[in-house]
This record gives sequence, C-alpha cells and structure tokens, in this order.
Amino acid sequence: MNFADLAKVPGPASEWVLREELEETGLERGFVLEVMRDRLRVMREAIERGLQSDAPSVAGMVGWNAKTLWEAEDPLRAPLLKRVQAYAMAVNEENARMGKIVAAPTAGSAGTVPGALFGVADHLGLPDERLVMPLVLAGGVAKIISRQVYIAGASGGCQNEIGSSAAMAAAAVTELLGGSPEASVHAAALALQNTLGLVCDPVGGYVEVPCVMRNGFFSVHAVSAAQQALAGVRSFIPPDEVVLAMAKIGRLLPPELKETGRGGLACTPTARRTVARLGGTPPDCDDPPDGG
Amino acid sequence: MGLLDMIGPVMIGPSSSHTAGAARIAWLARKIFAAEPERAEFGLHGSFAETGEGHGTKKALLAGVLALAPDDPRIKEAERLAEEAGLAYAFREVELGDVHPNTVRIVLENAEERAVIYGSSLGGGVVKIWRIDHFEAHVTGAAPTLLVKHVDTPGVIARVARVLADDEVNIAYLTSSRDKKGGEALMSIEMDRPLAEIPLAYLNHLPYVLWARAIPPLPEAKPG
Repeated sequence: MNFADLAKVPGPASEWVLREELEETGLERGFVLEVMRDRLRVMREAIERGLQSDAPSVAGMVGWNAKTLWEAEDPLRAPLLKRVQAYAMAVNEENARMGKIVAAPTAGSAGTVPGALFGVADHLGLPDERLVMPLVLAGGVAKIISRQVYIAGASGGCQNEIGSSAAMAAAAVTELLGGSPEASVHAAALALQNTLGLVCDPVGGYVEVPCVMRNGFFSVHAVSAAQQALAGVRSFIPPDEVVLAMAKIGRLLPPELKETGRGGLACTPTARRTVARLGGTPPDCDDPPDGG
Repeated sequence: MGLLDMIGPVMIGPSSSHTAGAARIAWLARKIFAAEPERAEFGLHGSFAETGEGHGTKKALLAGVLALAPDDPRIKEAERLAEEAGLAYAFREVELGDVHPNTVRIVLENAEERAVIYGSSLGGGVVKIWRIDHFEAHVTGAAPTLLVKHVDTPGVIARVARVLADDEVNIAYLTSSRDKKGGEALMSIEMDRPLAEIPLAYLNHLPYVLWARAIPPLPEAKPG
C-alpha cells in the first residue's frame, strides 16, 4: 500500500494498515494491538517522568527544558500548544538522560508522536484507549516512507527522522479527530513537505541539541498539519511524490549534514568548545574555532 | 520493516543503533556464552568507538552482558552493577577491517570457558551476531535460535534437522561453518518456535555434538 492507496480505503485508514500488517507477518490482531497499548503506556510514562525531572542529560546540554516550559506561566493562553510541545520535549529529555522510551520511528524523533497524540487527547479529555488505532496508522505512515528511504539521519538528514515522525503524528491526530483516510494522508504529506531539507547536525553527536527542542517544534507542526487537513486543506503535490522528493533531497545533502557531527550546528564555536570540554575531539571545520 | 519496528522498539535512550543495538548484541552474547562470565572485554570498532561515549554504548554493552534486557532502566547504572556482580571488564578500540561501522567484538571468559563473539548494529535497533570464535554465525534475536557446535563429520546436519522435524519445529534459516575439514563446526538455526527441552537435551547427548544451546528471541519483543 502506498499513500495513494491508503487515501482511498473505506473506513478508518488504521484498520487497513493493521490488516496489511497481519497479512504480512501472520501475527494475531490481538497481539499487535496489545503491543501498541504497551507502547502507549511506555510513552505515557516517559512524558510523566520527563515533565517532572530536571536532571541533566548524558552530555549535560539538556534535561530541564520540558519541566521549565510545563511549569511556566502561559502568557499566550494557548494550553494545547504548551502541552503538545512540553510532552514531546519530555520524551526526548528522557531519551537524552538514558530513560525508557519508544523509538517512533527513531529514538532521536521519539517525542513527536506521543507529544502530538497525548497532547491533543489530554487537551480534549479523550481516554488513552482511543489512541491505539491512530498509533497503528502512525506506524503505517512510517512503513510507507521506509519503502523509499532509510529512516535515519545518517541516511538522509533529519528530514528522514523528524519529517517521518511529524508525518506519522499528523496522520494519527487527523484520524483521532474523525478525519477521513484521505485527510490523514494529506496531513502526513503537508507535515512531511514542510520538513524537507532539514539537516542532521547534532552537537558532539549527542541526541540533545537541537534534537530535544526540535521534537517540541515538530509535534506542534504535526498538529498544525492535522488542523489544516481536517479543515479540507490538501497537499498540491501528491503524498507519494513528496516522499520521493525527500529521498532525492537526502541523496543531495552532503555527508557533513547527515549525522556525522562535522557540519551545521555541530561545527559552531560553542559546539566545538563543548565537545572539547566533554573530553572529545572537536570536528575539523572550515572556520577557526573562536568564530573568527 | 513491520509496524512493531516503526513504533518501537521500547528502549533506553539515546540512540536506537548505538544504545539499543549495543544492548541487544551483548544480551545475545551472554545467552550464547550460557554461563556466568567473570571477565568481559569489548573491542569497539568504527562508529561504536567514535560516538560510544555520548550514546551510552559502553553502559549498554555492559548491561547486556549482565543479562539486563535492552529496555531495562538500570542500563545507566551498568558499571555499578558490574562491580556488584564481580564482573571485570575492559573496553578498547579495535580495527576489525571491512565490517559494518557499528561493530563490537565481545570476549567473555570464566574459569572454564572463553568465547569471542562479533556483532553489528545495523540500524533502528536491528542487530546480528555474525561470528562466534572461528565460526560464521547467524543470531539476530528476531526468532528463537539453536546453536549447535559439533564435530565435522557426515550426517550431523541431517541428524539435527531430524530432531527438529520430530518436534515439529520449522527451520526458517540455517547456516553452518567449520574451522577445518574434520575439525569442529557450528550450526546456527533460526526457528519458527523454540525447540522443546527434551529434544534439546537429546541433542546435547549425541556423541558428535559438543554443545547445543537455545538462544531465545530478544526479550522486549513481547508486550507486558
């Protein structure tokens, strides 16, 4: 099944993703749904721990941001916005301090899907059980993307990771709120096409900066895509073509910007000083380490 | 890749290949060793050596050898747990040649036994043990696997396959490798379900079988 096929199915898109999975693997329906419930529980626990902790991460660059945001006043009076991004950041700060998380689809992008799904569900007072099938759809979106690209920053930049997670979350939120398969697929396409070209340049190679806050931003991005798709906005470029564009961009990106720690933010003077302070070898970059 | 790989694995951060993959390789290595190791030496190759510190690769490897599951939150306390368990350990950087960049060589030892196990983390937490001592091997943790070390003599593969057939166990993947003609050989057999205890014990009693070990699938594949 590609996005074009999925857009045309009658009834919930997640049901068709699940049927295809059962056919491919021979697994029992009940087993797969129980695994999904278990993964939702792990996500929920990661959010709860992450919102309460301000313990620093392995490299000490993050660890307190989710809690800081969560406990702060909200001058915007936009509780959904705050909730979604705080949840997503909470998961990735847990990840960065070696906590237990669900890779969705990767560890570095693990916060986007739970941030958007639980953020919206809690905002609207929906029970967690309602998230099981949308999570299946999120997995289905990742399967479709993974047929064209390796979902890894090292393969095609951050667009492959956070772009995938945002597309997954956008489709899932759309279905959660009663959107059609076509709306869900377009939510995924809208989210994905607006991450294209995003590079993977984490400071020191640690999954901390910019990864943690990026999950916060892109969980909101996913909810925006769902809001547009639910309102009837559609992607001008067909969803499957967006994935092909992402694959091509990934090939065009230079290695420096694909999880090698040798370009972008990882090459800033502060990043190089940080790596040296942590006892590592700073990357060779074109400009002098003091910033010129 | 299936749905459960896309929404998963459940793991200890921060990296699916450098943390979860490392923990999985070491967990499988411990199962392959099948005894309590007293010493462990980890040879880190390529990207495992370069980014290992930031991604908790060393803690994850140590935890796996201590038989902690790859989603056990105590992975970050692995050094302390190793000390409590009386496990001596060392890490070194090694150059293993033209192998996957995320590769580790694990040497496990106690008074009676020594095993040298090579494994690679292939991405997204998928791993493969591809060498055990002098033998090519195939252990991924995706399915129950039977390892049989035996004397290289005619009919052993047929005999072992017969034992599996009698227990109605289907073979999904089989590979065999020997050190020299008439020397020792190792079979890796990935199965659709585990072999029952009695046929496994029977295999271990066959005169030309040096040992047969059941390697279970990775623990976090199950819900609960």
